[in-house]
Amino acid sequence: MASEIKQGTLELVNHLPILQVITPMLLAPLLVVLNNKTLSWLLSFLGTLACLFISFLLIQAVSDGSIITYYLGGWVPPIGIEYRIDAANAILLFLISIISVIVLIFSYTSLHAEIPEEKHTLFYSCFLLCLTGLLGVVATADIFNVFVFLEISSLSTYVLVAQGAYLDRRALSASFNYLIMGTIGATFFVIGIGYIYMATGSLNMIDIAERVSQLGDNKTIQAGFAFIVVGMGLKLAMVPLHVWLPNAYTFAPTVVTCFLAATATKVALYVLIRFVFSVFNYEDSFVNELFFLLLMPLAVIAMIAASVIAIFKQNLKKLLAYSSLAQIGYMLLGLSLMSQKGLASSLVHMVNHGFTKAALFMSLGAFVLNTKNVYIKSLRGLGKSMPFTSAAFVIGGLSLIGVPGTAGFISKWLLLEAALETGYWLVAIFIIASSLFAVIYIWKIIEVLYFSESSDSYNEVSVLTLLPISILALFCIFLGINTSFTVDVANMATEILFK
Amino acid sequence: MPIEFLIFLTIFTPALVGGLNLIFIKKPNVRDTVTLLGALITFYFSLIIFLGFEGQATQYKLTTIMPGIDISFHIEPLGIIFSLLASGLWILTHIYAIGYMRGAKEKNHSRFFFFFSLSIASVMGISFSGNLFTLFLFYELLTLITFPLVSHKGSTEALRGARVYLSILLGTSIGLQLLGIIWIYFSVGTLDFVKGGILNGSFGSLELILLVGLFAFGIGKAALFPFHRWLPAAMVAPTPVSALLHAVAVVKAGVFTVLKVGVYIFGVESLSVSEATDWLTWLACFSILFASLIAMTKDNLKARLAYSTISQLAYVVLAFSLANSLGVLGGTLQIVTHAFGKITLFMCAGSIYVATKKTNISDMQGLGRVMPITFLSFLVGAISIIGLPPMGGSWAKWFLILSSLEADKQFVVLVLLISSLLNIAYLLPLVAKGFYLDPIDQTEIRSFKEPSALVWLPPAITASISFLLFFNVSYIRDFMINFGLVG
Repeated sequence: MASEIKQGTLELVNHLPILQVITPMLLAPLLVVLNNKTLSWLLSFLGTLACLFISFLLIQAVSDGSIITYYLGGWVPPIGIEYRIDAANAILLFLISIISVIVLIFSYTSLHAEIPEEKHTLFYSCFLLCLTGLLGVVATADIFNVFVFLEISSLSTYVLVAQGAYLDRRALSASFNYLIMGTIGATFFVIGIGYIYMATGSLNMIDIAERVSQLGDNKTIQAGFAFIVVGMGLKLAMVPLHVWLPNAYTFAPTVVTCFLAATATKVALYVLIRFVFSVFNYEDSFVNELFFLLLMPLAVIAMIAASVIAIFKQNLKKLLAYSSLAQIGYMLLGLSLMSQKGLASSLVHMVNHGFTKAALFMSLGAFVLNTKNVYIKSLRGLGKSMPFTSAAFVIGGLSLIGVPGTAGFISKWLLLEAALETGYWLVAIFIIASSLFAVIYIWKIIEVLYFSESSDSYNEVSVLTLLPISILALFCIFLGINTSFTVDVANMATEILFK
Repeated sequence: MPIEFLIFLTIFTPALVGGLNLIFIKKPNVRDTVTLLGALITFYFSLIIFLGFEGQATQYKLTTIMPGIDISFHIEPLGIIFSLLASGLWILTHIYAIGYMRGAKEKNHSRFFFFFSLSIASVMGISFSGNLFTLFLFYELLTLITFPLVSHKGSTEALRGARVYLSILLGTSIGLQLLGIIWIYFSVGTLDFVKGGILNGSFGSLELILLVGLFAFGIGKAALFPFHRWLPAAMVAPTPVSALLHAVAVVKAGVFTVLKVGVYIFGVESLSVSEATDWLTWLACFSILFASLIAMTKDNLKARLAYSTISQLAYVVLAFSLANSLGVLGGTLQIVTHAFGKITLFMCAGSIYVATKKTNISDMQGLGRVMPITFLSFLVGAISIIGLPPMGGSWAKWFLILSSLEADKQFVVLVLLISSLLNIAYLLPLVAKGFYLDPIDQTEIRSFKEPSALVWLPPAITASISFLLFFNVSYIRDFMINFGLVG
C-alpha cells in the first residue's frame, strides 16, 4: 500500500512532502532581505500558491489510500526524521494552503488599514513562518519535530496577534495572554513527549506505536498521553483551557483572525487525533475512558455554553470567536465518540468550519474596513449599501447554522449520524440545541444588516477585497453540495487511522 | 420533452423570474409583466407534467451529496396536484399583488417580487422532491426565503413577527424534523419516497410513536398546536404574502409534507396497523377546536383568518393520523379546496384594506353596500371553508367524515361538525355586518368604493373556482384513484 520513495532519485514528485513545508520557510527570510512591501506580498502570494499546488498534488496522490513517506536527508527512521502524508493530513495541508492563499488576497487591501506600511514585510515574513509551522506539524511523522514546528507556528502567531496593537492596544495583552497560555501548553506537550521517549526510546510515530503495543499497560505512557492531551487542549482551545482564544481573535488584525480561526486550532486537534490513533493504541481502555469521561462532557459544555455566551456578545469578532469555541466542541465531540463515523465527521467539520468561519470573519473584516467599528450596531443597513459582502456573510452564517445545502449541514449530519450510531441520544439533542443557538446569534446580525435603517451610507468594498470573500462563500455552498472532496477523503483517512 | 427537464423548468422558471425582478428594478411595468409571464409559463409546465403523467415512479437524480443522500426528484399525484395549485394561484396572486402593492403604497417592490418568485421556486422543489432529504432542503429554503417577505415593512412589529416566524419554523425543523430524518436514514439506510413506505418494520411501536411525533411537530409549517404561533405572527406581512404563502404555499407545503411522509415514508397501511397515530388524532382534533375558538375572539380580520387557517390545517394532520386511503383523499381535497377558499378570504381582506385602510371587523359595518363584489366573494369563500354545499370545501369534509368512520373513530365526526358550526360563527358575521348593519360613519362610507379591478377580480375568480370545484371534484378523486394513491 505505502508507496515508499526511492532514495536518491531526483524526481520532483517524490519530494513533495518536504517541498510543502520548506517553500514558505525559505521565502520568509528572503522577504526580510529584500525588504520591499509589494514584492513581499507578491512573493508570499506566489509561495502560498505553490503550497496550494503541492498540497493538491499530494491529496490526489493519497486519495486512493496510499501513503507517501519521505526521509529527511535520506536518514532512515527511527534514526532520521520521517515525513508521512496520508489522507488524514493531506486534507489538512490542503485546507491550510488554500486558506492562506485566500487570506493573502484579502490582506493586499486590508493590511493597509490595520498595520503601518513599514511593518508589512515583517508581517508577511511572520505569516509565512506561521504557515511553515502549521504545515510542518501536519506533515511530519516525528513527534519531536511536531513540537518544533508547533513552536515555530505559535511564536509567529504571538507576533501576528500583537500586530493588532496599531489599532487597539489591547492586542498586546491578548497576545501576551496567548503567549503565556500557549507556552504552558507547549511545555505540557514536550513533557508528554519526554515521557514517551523515556518509555519507548523512539520519536518516530510508527516506531513508537509498535513499541507501545508491546509495552501494554504502562503508567509512563499514560502519563505522557495525559500531558499531551492537556497541552493540545490548550492549543486547540478546549473548554476550560480556552481563555486565550476570544481576545486573541478579537484584537488580532482581520487577516490573522481569518487565518487562525480557519487553521490553527484545527491543526492542534489534528495533532491530538494523530497521537491517539497513530502513536497510542486507540483501543486502550485508558484512552477510551479519558475520551468518554473527560473529552465528551467538555465538548458538550463547549457546544452549549460558548453558543449561549455568543448570543449575548455585542462585539462581533468576539461573538464569532465564541462561536468558534462551540464549533471546536463539535470537532472534539466527533473525536470523542471514538467511532469511524465520528472521526470522519470531525475531519469533515475541520474543513467545512475552516471555510465557513473564514468567510464570516473576512466579510466582517470587510464591514469593519468601511465602518471602523466592530460592534453590532455599526452594521445597520449595510445589507443595502454592501450587498455582496452581506450576502457572503449570510451564506457563511447559514453554513454555521447548518442549513441544508451548505457545508455546515454536511458535518452536522455526519456528527448526528455518528452520535446515533454510538447510541448517545442525549448528545444528539445537545448538538441540535447548539445549532439552534447558532440560529439566534447569526440571525441577530442578519436582522441588523438588512432590516434596520442606517444613518451613514458606505460603498461596497473593492473587487480585490470582494474576491476572496466570494471564493469562501462559494466554498461554503460547494462543499454542501459536492462532498466527494471532503467526505470521501475523510472516510479514507479514518480507515487508515483505525487500521 | 423529457420529464426531468420539465421538473427542472418548473423550479428554474420562477427562480429566473426572481432574478429578472432585480434586473428590471427601475421599470415596474416591465418587471410585473415578466413575472406574470413567468407565472403563466410555470403553470404551463406543471400542466404538461400533469397531462404527461402515466404513473411512472422513476427517481430523477440530480446529484449525490453523500452515498445514500441524493438530490432527486420524482413525480406522483400529490406533488402534481400541489404544483398545479401553487403555480395556478401564483398567477392570480401576482395580478392581485401588483394592484395591492401599488394601491397600498408598499415600498421595495422589486425585493418583494424577487423573494416572492423564489419562494414559488422552492414550493415547486417541494412538490417534486424525490426523497426526504430533497424535501427538507427545499422546505428550509422556503422558510429562509419567506423571511424577508414577512418582515417586509421593516417596522419593529414586523421584525418581531418575523422573528417568531423564523424561530418556530427553523426551531422545529432543525430540532425535530432533522432528527427524525437522520433517525430514518440511520435505521433504514435510504430516504427515497416509495409508495407503501420504507420503514418495513425497522421501528418498534414506541419508536414509531416517537417518530410520528418528530414529524408531526417537526413540520412546523403544518402549524399543529403547540407550534402554531408563527402563523398569526406572520400576518404582519403584506396581504399577498398572507394570501399566497400563508394560506396556500407555505402552510400547504407543511401539510403536503405531512401527507407525503405519511404515504411514502410511513406507509398508510403500516401506520394504521401500528396505531402509532392515535394520539395525533386527539391532538389534531384539539388543534381544530382550539384554533376556531381563538379565531372567534379576534377582531383583526387577518388574525381571525390566520387562526382559521390553523384550524383548517389540522384537518390535514387529522387526515394523516386517520391512516387510511379515504383520509389521504380527504386530506388532499382539503389542501385544494381550502387553498381556494382561504386565498379568497385573504384577498378580500386585502382589498378592504386597500380601499378603506380598515383591518378590524368591528369597523367594517355596512361596507358590503359599497364593495358588493368583495363581500360576495368573501361569502363564497367562507361557505367553502365551512364546508357547506354547493362549494368545493364540502367534499373535503365529506371524505374526512367517511375516513374517520372507516378508522372507527366516531368522535372525530362530532369534532368536524362542531368545527363547522364554529366556522360559521366566526366567518359569516363579517358578511352579515357588511350587508345588513348601517355604517358607523355615514359620510365616510360614501368615499369608499371597490379598489381597482386588479384587486377585486382575483378573489372573484378564486371564489368562482371554489364553486366549480363542487361539481368537478371527481376529477381529483379519479386522478388519485387511477394512480393508486387511493384504493
